[in-house]
Amino acid sequence: MSAVAIKAVEVGKMYRLGERESYTALRDVMANTARRLLGRGTAKTERPILWSLRNVSFDVEQGDTVGIIGRNGAGKSTLLKILAQITRPTEGSIELRGKVGSLLEVGTGFHPELTGRDNVYLCGAILGMGRTEIQKKFDEIVAFAEVERFIDTPVKRFSSGMYMRLAFAVAAHLEPEILLVDEVLAVGDVAFQKKCIGKMGDVSKQGRTVLFVSHNMGAVNSLCRRSIWIHDGKVVADGKSQSVVADYMQAMRSGTLVSTAKGNEPLFIERVVLRNGRGEITDQFDSGDDISLEIEYVANGRIPRPNFWVQIANSIGQGVCIASTMFDGHNPEVLEGPGKATCVFKAPQLTPQAYAIWMGTRAADGVTLLSKSKEVAYFSIMGTMGDYGLMGETADMFLADFPWPIFPYEWHFPATGKPPVRVEMRRTGAARKRDE
Amino acid sequence: MPSGGVAGAAPGASVAPAPSPHVVHIRPTAGWWDFRLGEVWASRELLWFLVWKDVKVRYKETVIGAAWAVLQPVFTMIVFTIFFGRLAKLPSSGLPYPVFYMAALLPWSYFASALSGCTSAIVENQRIITKVYFPRLLLPLSVVIAGLVDLAIALVVMVPLLIYYGITPTAGLILLPVFVLMATLAALAVGLWLTTLNVMYRDVRYVVPFIIQFLMFASPVIYSASSVPARWQWLYGLNPMVGVIEGFRWAITGAGRPPGLIMIPSFVAVCACLIFGLVFFSRIDGSVADRI
Repeated sequence: MSAVAIKAVEVGKMYRLGERESYTALRDVMANTARRLLGRGTAKTERPILWSLRNVSFDVEQGDTVGIIGRNGAGKSTLLKILAQITRPTEGSIELRGKVGSLLEVGTGFHPELTGRDNVYLCGAILGMGRTEIQKKFDEIVAFAEVERFIDTPVKRFSSGMYMRLAFAVAAHLEPEILLVDEVLAVGDVAFQKKCIGKMGDVSKQGRTVLFVSHNMGAVNSLCRRSIWIHDGKVVADGKSQSVVADYMQAMRSGTLVSTAKGNEPLFIERVVLRNGRGEITDQFDSGDDISLEIEYVANGRIPRPNFWVQIANSIGQGVCIASTMFDGHNPEVLEGPGKATCVFKAPQLTPQAYAIWMGTRAADGVTLLSKSKEVAYFSIMGTMGDYGLMGETADMFLADFPWPIFPYEWHFPATGKPPVRVEMRRTGAARKRDE
Repeated sequence: MPSGGVAGAAPGASVAPAPSPHVVHIRPTAGWWDFRLGEVWASRELLWFLVWKDVKVRYKETVIGAAWAVLQPVFTMIVFTIFFGRLAKLPSSGLPYPVFYMAALLPWSYFASALSGCTSAIVENQRIITKVYFPRLLLPLSVVIAGLVDLAIALVVMVPLLIYYGITPTAGLILLPVFVLMATLAALAVGLWLTTLNVMYRDVRYVVPFIIQFLMFASPVIYSASSVPARWQWLYGLNPMVGVIEGFRWAITGAGRPPGLIMIPSFVAVCACLIFGLVFFSRIDGSVADRI
């Protein structure tokens, strides 16, 4: 019989829209007050509210490892932030039995001017370790990170791979009774990721409670006995990882429901479906396969020459390829009512990892938003780096600023009645002439 | 299993899944006073780390390092001596101008830089705040404490000045820590208001330099507190820096009378400002991460 480590009862978190994005300026407050006093301006408008999380209840037994899955914006991160006490819930209550450690990011509190040694102490203290605890684990941390030679160098001189390794090493040696982990395992090369996952496994074997938020279904399946699936701020499924993950993948396969609420966006994106080169709905692709993104939209009124952009971002959020009518000029003439647009990336050579697709639309001017940019789908490229003859420290490659390759892609818009447009990067005559 | 760390964890809790004595309740923010001051005490080790980082980074980032703490008050003292002393010939309680101004500029520089540091303490650390929890009060607290290192370094400059002018400190010097403590509390009290306001309204930081400048004229930095008419002394004393600055002058040089009754309104003002500052701060404590 195990004791309950986390008991969440009817937890809810409400945001006033705008509260999260922007802050208030005293100047505006004073100006508005003055206007109201003079009887001019309108009364204070109530900002719309959004429940990021509502009626979420669950218990986690001590020593259990629980995965939290769901698409971005579903409320997973909000839940984790409430559990980590970073923000308070609007309603409900949570009881945590045990010292809590949260890993929402690696390298929290790292200061570039300080040496590796100083940063280990500082970051460890911020994460909740005591001085003696850090002293005891110091050698182990440095060895784990494999940065012994540079430990007295300011971390601003570290390579990004070294920086990440040291940052993770500190975090990995945190030994709380309840560990909250956000997808920090997505960083580093495959070998280092394996090391990290191994470390997480050790933590749960030692009888600690772990809550793990991730998009990496493989990791969730192998690390967590139980999973909770959150969608639109509610618990949709809670049970054995294998069945919850399978249900979730099934739901993802039938297309991501981007939004159910008919917002007042002029060009409302309702659903997005991913298909491979054979036209099958999937979220697993081979490198070099076509990736086709079907966008079901509703245009409120007649929208002349809207701009669409679609971007594929890797697991740490960097754009790896983009299709944009703002760059290629192939806007549809006009969109009206519901319809379906398709963007096909033609055989992109992507490295095996998890990717997210972002998209958004803008008016003909290229500036006015028709629908806000958001993550609309996820997919992964199957296989390992080794399958492609890649190895070694790829973390540095991911973190470096490298130019986006422009893979050929095609647009299919219905209203134009025109055949699909294929966009390929070609050198223009002017560029050729310049080189000669 | 957990070793050391936050108080509350039982010493030697090494048997595996034993129910932990460390229980945290998470609830919506409620009422006026929703603060866990015990938590601040429990995180004192982190506080020292933050202070140590502040000091280390500050002295690492500047070429002249620790000299910075000294140069600022010294140059201000020279400017004041030339303009307010030699040219305007303001009364200086019989003290040489450099000593008169330097003794006031030490606590004043500390107070002023602590205020501007506190203003940005929360907003500047938003990356940490949105990723990990610790009592947010530690941030303004660490700024106020780290400033004391500068003050200590700057105090050393006082020694050659006193020797040059042949002034021997009196026994009043042992009371100096009391005035330092008072300055620390005053900086924290006002700093809490500024840091909270800056989280709520981001343009407050543009106003802070004006507030600091205004406060300097409301404090006996360039003039002596005795120039203020006696019937206004009680009101004047509400500015806690009045007692602190007069106290510094008296403790270091032995000139004038020790600040007596004027310390009472100062002390009351600091306490009130500190308590209401904590209440005000606690209003945003639970939602800081959503606001920045």
